[in-house]
Amino acid sequence: MQQTFELTITVNGTRYQRRVEPRMLLSDFLRHDLGLTGTHVGCEHGVCGACSVLMDGQPIRSCLIFAVQAHEHEITTVEGLGTRDNLHPIQEAFQEAHGLQCGFCTPGILTTVKAFLEQNPNPSEEEIREALSGNLCRCTGYQHIIEAVQLAAEKMRA
Amino acid sequence: MKPAPFEYYAPETIEEALSLLAKHGYDAKVLAGGQSLIPMMNFRLVQPSILVDLNRIAALGYIRTGEDGGLRIGAMTRHRQVETSPLAAKRAPLVHAAMSKIAYPQVRTRGTFGGSISHADPSAELPALSLALNGKFRLRRQDGERWVPASEFFLGLFTTALEADELLVEASLPPMPPRSGWSLQEVARRPHDFALMGVAAVVTLNEQGVCTEARLVFISAGDRPMAAERAAETLKGQAPAPEVLREAAEIASSQEIDPSSDIHATAEFRRHLANVLTRRALEQAFQRAAENKQEG
Amino acid sequence: MDRKLIGKRVVRNEDPRLLTGHAQFVDDVQLPGMLHAAFLRSEYAHARLLKVDVSKARQHPGVVAVFIAEDMGKDWQPGPPLVSPPPTVKDVVFHSRRQVPLAKDKIRHAGEAIAVVIAESRYIAEDAVEEIEVEYEPLPVVLDLEKALEADSPLVHDDLESNLAARLSQKKGDYEAARQQADVIIKRRIVIERGAAAAMENRGIVAHWDAQSEHLTIWDTTQAPIPIRNGTAARLGLSEHQVRVIAPYIGGGFGPKIMMFYPEEMVIPWAAMKLNRPVKWIEDRRENFYATTQERGQIHHVEMALTRDGRVLGLKDDFLHDTGAYDPYGLTIPLNTQSHNMGGYDIRNYSSEFKVVFTNRIIATPVRGAGRPHGIFVIERMMDAAARELGMDPVELRKRNLIPPEAFPYEHQIIDQAFAPLILDSGNYKAVVEKAVEMIGYEKFLKEEQPRLRREGKYVGIGIVPFIETTGVGPYEGARVTVEASGKVNVTTGIGTQGQGHFTSFAQVVAEQLGVKVSDVRIVTGDTSEFHWGTGTFASRGAVVAGNAVHAAAKSVRKKVLKLASKVLEAPEEELELGDGMVRVADIPQKAISLGELAVLANPLRGAVEPGTEPGLEATSYFGPQYGATAFGTHAMILEVDPETMMIKIRRYVVAEDCGTVLNPLILEGQIHGGVSMGLGNAYYEKLHIDENGQLLNASFADYLLVSSTEMPHIEVAHLETPSPLNELGAKGVGEAGAIPVPALFAQALENALSDRALEILEMPLSPNRLFELLKER
Repeated sequence: MQQTFELTITVNGTRYQRRVEPRMLLSDFLRHDLGLTGTHVGCEHGVCGACSVLMDGQPIRSCLIFAVQAHEHEITTVEGLGTRDNLHPIQEAFQEAHGLQCGFCTPGILTTVKAFLEQNPNPSEEEIREALSGNLCRCTGYQHIIEAVQLAAEKMRA
Repeated sequence: MKPAPFEYYAPETIEEALSLLAKHGYDAKVLAGGQSLIPMMNFRLVQPSILVDLNRIAALGYIRTGEDGGLRIGAMTRHRQVETSPLAAKRAPLVHAAMSKIAYPQVRTRGTFGGSISHADPSAELPALSLALNGKFRLRRQDGERWVPASEFFLGLFTTALEADELLVEASLPPMPPRSGWSLQEVARRPHDFALMGVAAVVTLNEQGVCTEARLVFISAGDRPMAAERAAETLKGQAPAPEVLREAAEIASSQEIDPSSDIHATAEFRRHLANVLTRRALEQAFQRAAENKQEG
Repeated sequence: MDRKLIGKRVVRNEDPRLLTGHAQFVDDVQLPGMLHAAFLRSEYAHARLLKVDVSKARQHPGVVAVFIAEDMGKDWQPGPPLVSPPPTVKDVVFHSRRQVPLAKDKIRHAGEAIAVVIAESRYIAEDAVEEIEVEYEPLPVVLDLEKALEADSPLVHDDLESNLAARLSQKKGDYEAARQQADVIIKRRIVIERGAAAAMENRGIVAHWDAQSEHLTIWDTTQAPIPIRNGTAARLGLSEHQVRVIAPYIGGGFGPKIMMFYPEEMVIPWAAMKLNRPVKWIEDRRENFYATTQERGQIHHVEMALTRDGRVLGLKDDFLHDTGAYDPYGLTIPLNTQSHNMGGYDIRNYSSEFKVVFTNRIIATPVRGAGRPHGIFVIERMMDAAARELGMDPVELRKRNLIPPEAFPYEHQIIDQAFAPLILDSGNYKAVVEKAVEMIGYEKFLKEEQPRLRREGKYVGIGIVPFIETTGVGPYEGARVTVEASGKVNVTTGIGTQGQGHFTSFAQVVAEQLGVKVSDVRIVTGDTSEFHWGTGTFASRGAVVAGNAVHAAAKSVRKKVLKLASKVLEAPEEELELGDGMVRVADIPQKAISLGELAVLANPLRGAVEPGTEPGLEATSYFGPQYGATAFGTHAMILEVDPETMMIKIRRYVVAEDCGTVLNPLILEGQIHGGVSMGLGNAYYEKLHIDENGQLLNASFADYLLVSSTEMPHIEVAHLETPSPLNELGAKGVGEAGAIPVPALFAQALENALSDRALEILEMPLSPNRLFELLKER
């Protein structure tokens, strides 16, 4: 019989209790058990960054952690930023600067950028490039993403 | 790409973890940050039957000054903690400077010092830097513990001195003497990739500007971190003139490393890079040594 | 025409959904009772399949079914030919061999699907895949294009005499005669290798058979939902109206998502019907490297004939093209190469024969550029070789040969990928080249900066490469524009969308005509129940072909609006103005009616209707161009290389682009930036490494290197506009443009940086290791 664990987890401020197999990846748990499909899965080996979420405020790969390991931790996904009618300043900036095309990599970038700008509110272009190094984007060539992060930093400082 | 099933244990103390390892031996695999292990599990290249997860053991996460003035790092200390630690910057600047070269921000949030050392990937920075700094590791088992110097810890590709029932709990990195300098030079396809070739140099000068100590350790240059001892020996007793550095680089790259060929680089290109990078590393390390009167 | 919205930097309508994680991608579809599929794929690239034992896997707890080829019975059929057989060009050879749903008897590439496990979860399905036992008889593999055509080569398809899949020659003028007159003949062998498209979203399919209504719904990451619907209906013996294909938000396409039918597209809907339960299959990244189509393998033998003063008299290019194990996509890629081999140059004599070769590799189908980067790489490498040989400035040599503005439309006297005559519709090529030259500061760099940097010990080089891109090909697309009672406008079109901003650029086109806000125009694409005529998103044609269909439909609706408003407001149509969602009588602002009210009046619930009128403010239009519009651009870069470590840094990158009328510069620039990043990958980072057994050695993002934020340079873009005469919007496509010239440009700049080493680059992609080897040979 497969071992299962009772998991208590806070996602975007909501507490959830679920029973999971230990091998269930956090990315699959968020997407399929909790229905928070904003977190995307692009490689499942920790390189593309699409599945990046925040755990206790720090960016992680949700494909490189088992859901059971997030027991009693706080997770923030893209759904925990703004809403369609009330976008987070980072989301606003990404729309204004055209920082997304297909939008598949975007949720992982937004969460990563949120943690980054909280730690470094006035970053240089070099620092932004470094902060984004773990988020692959095949559409944008990164330029508009970098401009969006600069714009978001301005908005958040204001 | 989903991992195969496994039994999972998440001990909260070191003792519990050690007792699990004693019980399950080689059937158990230790899960630290998981940033190397979980990708291999997702690819099903590794299918451990039992996972012992160390992430609940709070006692394994710390950075503190050692009795020798160096740095003590708990095995579950995250890369990100080292990267942002002023203490690490002061006591082990070489290690601190390397942190931003390790993978990506998201991986550094989870990845751990002890995990990287225990994984013993010859392409990784921390094993090589530990060796360059004459570091040592504290290994615990249920009935005792031992310290193993880095020079005796890395035995081969992903192979270490750790026994099945042992856990690496701490790394100790001694301080560099006064008038020491260091450098880490790497060439990677993209800055955050594993290096095609890398070298860490740690050198010490006397008051006359003559080299008294030198260590050169290479990354991606063999089945483990590769120390170039003969090359280092040629530096000792010499002022760091360009021809001296060139000779050391030549010896290290042609005789003391054993790089292999893979899809990214042939052994020949790697030796060439080792030569270039050794020269550059020594130049920078001696420069720093000349400027650095402090212990550091 | 006075344009209020077209050409403006309008932010995108689709973004709020994408930015908040609410846009639905295929893997987000969750249905009650849904099962999950995983495929067993061949470990060998070429083998006889002796035995497949699925008995253990079938017993695995949680497994619902395991299917192999034999289980499909008469439903086991190869995929249809995607692009109709080639035309009657003289002496054309074409052997159509198409992929199968599950391999039977023989394996032709590593990763070919052998069995599918359908289980309660993907985890369980993958567990059971490991329990399938397969007996193979390995066969010698066919990988090398040149050896594949030798008489003693093993055969990918045993029923053919050789591995030749196709052969086609085209001629313009008389190359042999031109050769006789030439002062200089330059010959080179140029090798281009495969890369992956690597969209961030892997492929995926969810199929749901509703037995009560007898309807099959398929969510598919396809760039061509309508052909998938039609083909699926035919395969499964259903009416086209019983099948609905939805291509929801797609996480990047770049070409391979228009291959059809992928084996999974044949198997998953079939299995869902067979089991009467919804089935989901999501490709994982490793599968993507083994099971999604790739591109770019070619070997060229090329010859250029020139006069001493740099006039190109003729070009001859015979090349081999790697189609992989099957050739469902016909000759699109090599025809594109043949069409781009002459670049934007006025070359009067041309001779080209290509041979398409079967190999034991995954099928080749278009990837962003689709044969065009190869053609441009070949001609531009030859131009650089010629410039060196003649001692001429490479930019000057190019300018001397560009097609002059008065020569358009310029007929090449060969056929293009659409089997239509290759005609370059319009352009002002020299102006674009000069713009790039000016932006990068070419003269100043060569005269002042480069010598100074060289004295500082830095190796910095410059490159300038012009290119054409044939875009916007037929046959056609359609669109329906409807003004709803709310006053908002709904637009449906058949093409799929994968991030190109169609939700916004099409809305701009409509809003321009109807005087509404861009955000009040809702676009529906990629759902066959909404619009079911069309072909798909490929060949940089979305904005051109679907965009013009949308434009035409919007204009028809505008006419209906004016006609009805004229009646209601009792004013002649010429005096009416559309704006802010209202129709007003000019100069009498109080005489006005909203579009919503008009929509209600156009669709009354009671009352008599004049004979011949249609309900609603709605129109459907189609657009099919006579032939494709051709865009032109020039990229320039300044690149620094460390000749000791082979590490490179791009110091500047400029793009001068003429893709006709610009619909939205923000979106356009985004397309170019993305294209350049992919092109840089093709130049220096992305290579599929395959061993002598046909095994891919880097089926992961750890080893297949996409350009990331730390390598990508900042790009400066300038737009020039030569509207296409072939469509009302004057648009030309741009989706692939960014990628096309980059490898040629990179090679040129690198050679320039290392000019004292007499380096010559005749291959793409390069890598640090390969550059090291090339420099060592010097």
